Amino acid sequence: MGFKLSREAFDAVLQSWTDDYVLFAPKRFEQGGIYSDTDCIRYGQVQAVDEIVFDSKSLYSFKEALLPVSETLFFFTEETVKEADPPKKGAIIFLRSCDLHGLKRLDEIYLRNGPEDAYYRRLRDRVQFVLMGCPHSFENCFCVSMGTNQATDYAISVDVEGDGFLVDCKSEAWAERITPRAEAELDVTPRHVTENAVTVNIPETLTIQVASSRIWDEYDNRCIDCGRCNFVCPTCTCFTMQDLFYTENGRVGERRRIWASCMVDGFTDVAGGGSYRKKNGERMRFKVLHKVYDFKVRTGSHMCVGCGRCDDVCPEYISFSNSVNKLDQAMKEVSGR
Amino acid sequence: MTDNEYVPFLSKITEIIRHTDIEYTFRMTYDGDVKPGQFFEVSIPKYGEAPISVSGIGDGTVDLTIRKVGKVTNEVFEHTMGDHLFLRGPYGNGFDLDDYRGRELVVVAGGTGLSPVRGVVDHFARHPEEVKGMTLITGFKSPADILFFGDLARWKQSMEVILTVDCADDGDKPAACQIGLVTEHLPKVKLGDISRAVAIVVGPPAMMRFSVLGLLELGFAEKNIWISQERKMCCGIGKCGHCKIGDVYVCLDGPVFNYTKGRTLID
Ligand SMILES: Cc1cc2nc3c(=O)[nH]c(=O)nc-3n(C[C@H](O)[C@H](O)[C@H](O)COP(=O)(O)OP(=O)(O)OC[C@H]3O[C@@H](n4cnc5c(N)ncnc54)[C@H](O)[C@@H]3O)c2cc1C
Ligand code: SF4
Ligand code: SF4
Ligand code: FES
Repeated sequence: MGFKLSREAFDAVLQSWTDDYVLFAPKRFEQGGIYSDTDCIRYGQVQAVDEIVFDSKSLYSFKEALLPVSETLFFFTEETVKEADPPKKGAIIFLRSCDLHGLKRLDEIYLRNGPEDAYYRRLRDRVQFVLMGCPHSFENCFCVSMGTNQATDYAISVDVEGDGFLVDCKSEAWAERITPRAEAELDVTPRHVTENAVTVNIPETLTIQVASSRIWDEYDNRCIDCGRCNFVCPTCTCFTMQDLFYTENGRVGERRRIWASCMVDGFTDVAGGGSYRKKNGERMRFKVLHKVYDFKVRTGSHMCVGCGRCDDVCPEYISFSNSVNKLDQAMKEVSGR
Repeated sequence: MTDNEYVPFLSKITEIIRHTDIEYTFRMTYDGDVKPGQFFEVSIPKYGEAPISVSGIGDGTVDLTIRKVGKVTNEVFEHTMGDHLFLRGPYGNGFDLDDYRGRELVVVAGGTGLSPVRGVVDHFARHPEEVKGMTLITGFKSPADILFFGDLARWKQSMEVILTVDCADDGDKPAACQIGLVTEHLPKVKLGDISRAVAIVVGPPAMMRFSVLGLLELGFAEKNIWISQERKMCCGIGKCGHCKIGDVYVCLDGPVFNYTKGRTLID
């Protein structure tokens, strides 16, 4: 069901949600940007519609609402463990089409790749998604190539229209709250882009043989293994566990998981000093092929959703989409041998 | 509450068997399904977790043979009989004994690699009629590093056992022990029909690579060779990503791989 809502009316709807939900949306953090004197748009809790940034891409994705950067798993003493309590409220997450597709990738890992993850499950069951329409493509986006430019599995969509909003609501309960506040009822299709300045071509013929191509070597020196590309990515899911103890001598503390990056030293370290993928080019190859090759072999769809955030954030101006576009040439190189 | 795989359970140490100064077997209480080649996460609050293979399966117990190498494993060695350790698991695919039944089986194990495969060897030592013939080639760095010495003598009664050390001074080497890398002993294996014979190779990466090459040279088919891989692991359940190689998660799809798959893995 579609509606036109004034800003005040939409804000009132949003307020009505806050009894049961915490709201996560892209918001502006002053002076937090990648360049000095720039703001950073990233996810945070919002209380009012004015806090939500509709006209820019967020540097970080929505994933931290479901997978906190650092999450307590349980509390321990020497001989007891107690699971950490879930948050008291559910969550409503504002996100764009690419990220809503990213959610399916998170589900794939956390709900289907091996046993279910209890922490993800308990949050996931209490989350509703608000799709933010895209009036135009942003820098570095290539969602059209990845087939993620349009999404339908939202509870409600929202597009800025003049001073108000256009909304498509799929939840009957929420439609009841919106109807009395709406200026008009009409058919609404969330805005989406149909072309991006950046396109990628993932060769049909891609095989793991491409690992031996020379294209990866250029990243040995260019990439500084900072891991930012992983942290901003909506579909990177890796973590490491860490034990925190409250006093040096005691055995009381908590086990947490924190985001990990396959680009950063230590990711593969085993006892005795062994490690795999020492060169940054090898790490780039591992990441790129995970995003556009082996995740698909395993699950049927590509992991990358074309949000372009890895390109937005890289301090060395390394372009992920460029590296994907080199795969065709790389396959020719390795099959010619 | 849903099943939470991350929350470990307490298990009691019922026995400790000392093999070397830094390698002990901890016999732990455990009731439930478990296969040789699977692993548990030994999970010690404050110190962290370490994946450890099941080296033996008893009635209500599992054996964990642990080498003391770092934070978690050092702490395990502070425990004695009657103490409890936190565990979670078992994880991984383990060995499928049906892959080897009715065949001639060769097991090549290097160092601690003997522990994940010990359950398989022990099973066929107790049920020799289930295989057409069996050879174990197991190598250690020096006589002081030999694991499961007691088992080796028992296994000898029902299979061919070749025990070898990389090097040793004359005198400190047990009589039944030979010298040289495991690969040097491969050609000694007597087999009826090599095209149907099966092999398991477990050990350090270089040892595995050369042993597999040796087996292929002897005429083993790729599909008749199994290997067990070790990688950095954190969750053990396909979530943390540390163990991933290409489209494979070692913790879920392995650690045991048929060589036709293992061969294609590029780290
Ligand atoms: C499937 C599997 C089965 C194993 N079976 C056995 C066994 O039966 N007996 C045995 O003694 N050892 C086994 N290992 C190796 C054992 O897990 C490591 O020696 C152990 O994790 C070292 O932990 P630490 O904290 O004592 O050492 P540290 O060096 O202090 O560990 C540092 C960190 O690296 C990680 N780590 C270190 N080595 C490894 C490794 N090889 N694999 C995965 N993570 C590692 C640890 O989780 C830890 O976070 C196995 C490893 C794997 C993957
Ligand atoms: S790999 Fe880059 S473009 Fe693809 S989903 Fe991750 S951050 Fe977005
Ligand atoms: S590709 Fe760029 S963002 Fe990613 S680790 Fe390398 S330097 Fe950092
Ligand atoms: S150990 Fe975490 S994914 Fe395999």
